Order: sequence, then C-alpha cells, then structure tokens
Amino acid sequence: MTSVLYDVPGPKARRVSLIGSIIGVVVIGALLALALVTLAQQGIFQAQRWAIFGQADVWSLIFNGIGATLSAAAIAAVIAFPLGLLLCLMRISDVAWIRVPTRIVLEFLRGMPVVLMMLFVLLVFATSSFIAVVAGLVLYNAAIFAEIIRAGIQSLPKGQREAGLAIGLTSFQSRLSVELPQAIRRMLPSLVAQLVVLLKDTSLGYIVAYGELLRAVQVMADFLGPQFLFPVFFVAAAIYIAINLAVSRLAIWIERRGSKKAAGGVAKAPTAGVSTIVK
Amino acid sequence: MDVIIESLPQYWDGFLRTLFLAVVSGIIALVVGTLLAAARVSPVTALRGFSMAYVEVVRNTPLTIAFFFAAVVLPRLGVTFQQFEIAAIIALSAYTSAFIAEAVRSGVNSVPVGQAEAARSIGMKFSQVLSLIILPQALRTVIPPMINILIALVKNSSVAGAFYVLELFGYGKQLANEHGDAVMWVLVGVAFFYLLITVPLGYVAHQVERKVAIAR
Repeated sequence: MTSVLYDVPGPKARRVSLIGSIIGVVVIGALLALALVTLAQQGIFQAQRWAIFGQADVWSLIFNGIGATLSAAAIAAVIAFPLGLLLCLMRISDVAWIRVPTRIVLEFLRGMPVVLMMLFVLLVFATSSFIAVVAGLVLYNAAIFAEIIRAGIQSLPKGQREAGLAIGLTSFQSRLSVELPQAIRRMLPSLVAQLVVLLKDTSLGYIVAYGELLRAVQVMADFLGPQFLFPVFFVAAAIYIAINLAVSRLAIWIERRGSKKAAGGVAKAPTAGVSTIVK
Repeated sequence: MDVIIESLPQYWDGFLRTLFLAVVSGIIALVVGTLLAAARVSPVTALRGFSMAYVEVVRNTPLTIAFFFAAVVLPRLGVTFQQFEIAAIIALSAYTSAFIAEAVRSGVNSVPVGQAEAARSIGMKFSQVLSLIILPQALRTVIPPMINILIALVKNSSVAGAFYVLELFGYGKQLANEHGDAVMWVLVGVAFFYLLITVPLGYVAHQVERKVAIAR
C-alpha cells in the first residue's frame, strides 16, 4: 500500500516502522493489562459476577432495554423525516412570511441541546418519558433533516428548477416532483448518517429516566447490587456500539452504492489521502 | 419570567461553567483530533490502525456511555479526580476528537494530489509534507465543519449536567425542581443561554463558509 503523501518505504523505513509498531502495540497492551489487573484486584472477573448473564431474566431486561432504544429511535425517525421535508419546503418557500419564521424556528431548534428539549417536554407537558424522548429527538432531527435536504436542493443545477417551471409546473410542483426526489437521493448518505446520530441520541433518554438500554442496566445493577454494575455496563456498551456500527456500515454501503451508480454525481478529482493504491 | 431574573447568578455560573467545559475540551479535542488524523495518513501501519479503530469506535459510542465510562468506570481503574468537571472534560474531548479527526482527514483528502507530489519531489519527508504543505491547506478548508463540531460540543456539554456537574443544564434541572410552578420559564432561560453561544458560532461558520466558497 502506498500514498502520495510519502515515498514507498525502503527496507530501513520499513524496519523503523515495524519497531515503532511493536513498541506501540506493547504500550497499549501494557495499559490494557494494567487496567485488567486493577479490575481483577477489585474482583470484577469473579465468575459469579458474570454468572448473571446465564439467567433468562437478565437477558429479558437487556432485550427490553434494546427494544425501548430501538422503538424510540424508529418512531422518532418516522415522524422526523416527513416533518423535516415539510420544514425544508417551508424554509425555501417563495413566500417571505412562511420562509422567515421557519428559518428562525430552525435556528432555534438546531442551537439547543437535545436533552434540554427532552427535559422541557417531560416537565412542561408532564408527559411520559417515552413521549419526551421521542419529541426531543423529532424536534431536533426534523430541523437537521430539513437542513440536509435544503443543502441537497441547493446543490442541484439551476436548470432543473428552470426546466420544471418552463413546462408549466407551479413552484411547489417543481419542488415536489423535480427537485426533492433528486435532492433526497443525493443526500441519502448524510440522511442515513443522521439516523445513526438519532439512534445514538436515544441514549440521552437515560437522563430523563427513559428505560432505554443504559437505564435498564443501571436499574438492574441497583436491584442486583453495585458489584454487578461493571459487567452489565460493559455488555450494554458493547451492544450499543455494535448496533451503531452496524447502522454506520449500512450508511457507508449506501454511499458506495450511490457513487457507483453516479446518479447525477460528478467524478471526483484525485486527491491526496484517498488515492492510496492497494498493490 | 421573574424566576429567570431571580436566578440570574445561577444561570451566569452555569453559563461560565458550560463555556469552560466547551473551551477546554474543544482545545484538547482539536489537538488530539489533528494528531489522530495525522496518524491516520501516516506510513506506520500501527498508527493508522489505532487511529482508524479509535475513530470508528468512538464515533459510534453514545455520549452518555462515554460519560458513564469517564465518571463511573475510570475512578474504579484508579484514575481518580477531585471534581467531576475533569471526568466531563475527559469524556467530551475523547468524544469530540474522533469527529475532529474525521473532519481533518476529509480536509486532507480535499487537497489536490499535486501539492503532496510537489512537496515530495523537492525532497520533503512525510512529517514535512504533512505539517508544512498538506495540513495548513486542509485545516483552512475544514474550518466551517470544525465550527459545527464545536457547536455540537457546546450542546453535548449539557450531558455533563446529568453527571454531577453544575453547568447550564445541571442548574436547569436544579432550578426546575425548586420552582415547580415556573418550570417552563426556567428551561426557556437555559435555552436562551445555550443559544447565546451556539447562534453566534453558527453565524461565524456561515460567514467563513461563504468566504471560502468565494476563494475557490
């Protein structure tokens, strides 16, 4: 493998790099070992602490947590996307009294922490924590979706809209049937990436006491005893990361697939970092 | 409304602490993120692998888990601290540096090949190519996304409020408990102080973006 950033390493450079790599691996390994030893001294690895994972109840609680996480994310995504489309259309409307207030609302939504919106809905409307989590996610992500789609529409060649208007479509019809489909397709990678963010943000439900995965394991640890906090936290973290990694991979796959088809895309000029050639 | 004016000292204290968390974590994340990006394009395989793994894992870790790790797990590993602010700074900078690294890397990718080739052809080493030629150009193009990451950092610092740090969100929760009758105004006040940071930053990002767009 080679890159335009450096010459093909010769024998000496390869040796230095190999030695450096070995030292790096040893240092990281030593740190990990130190962490493991510290944990082991506190009895983290005693078999009985991990034996709880043999119980069906524990797993059913964990699966409830996963279910709560995924359902909040799924419902929020399903509501947020159409809302984002609507906000986008309002944001680029020709009518100033629709466009300007929408712009202010979008700025407001984008500038606030999601967890604050969740707490606001929870306390002010005195709803269940599920509704608070979904509402917070919907408000924030609809604003982001709107901005992503708007960027997509603005990236289209001007001729698209002009052609639409020229064949007698109204401004709104041209947006809906000519520009939006292309913009959404173009922005699909960003939209899926935002879905990963949405999924990650469900973990903020922990703060408003929504029973998602992290809260589920915390409750479990409170019930079973603090010595079980470690094992269940690690399992929960691993599950969270695994789910997110899977969705990110999906996003990358969609991006590759899209760029292969080159739907109106332009070939990228060769650039420094990416032009690594596998030999 | 009165409750906002009444609790202005708390708001101000929280506002300063939020700013403090964001500035300190932001500086650490910028430095660490740039180093990670440099490692990602370096000739040393182990560095590349480490940087890739770090960015991939951290970007897919929910922030709450990062905080949980810093505030609960790290003390058990023997890393103890007097204040929870330090845990918050560790979590925020570890989390944000992964995003900075990705942004810098995309900036490196946007520098034309000819730049690196020209630098190498006059005999520069990798470290010189990167620090003198590629990074100065790359960093310039990624300022707008970088500011967006910093805006996200300001917003993310609100999670610290749930982990025993009395910043804006932490005070917001506390004040909401004390003033059960005026919860809405309490939280509107908190939102106002967040917008006081995020909206001007967003404006700066927008202006820089326009400037860079004209320069191209």
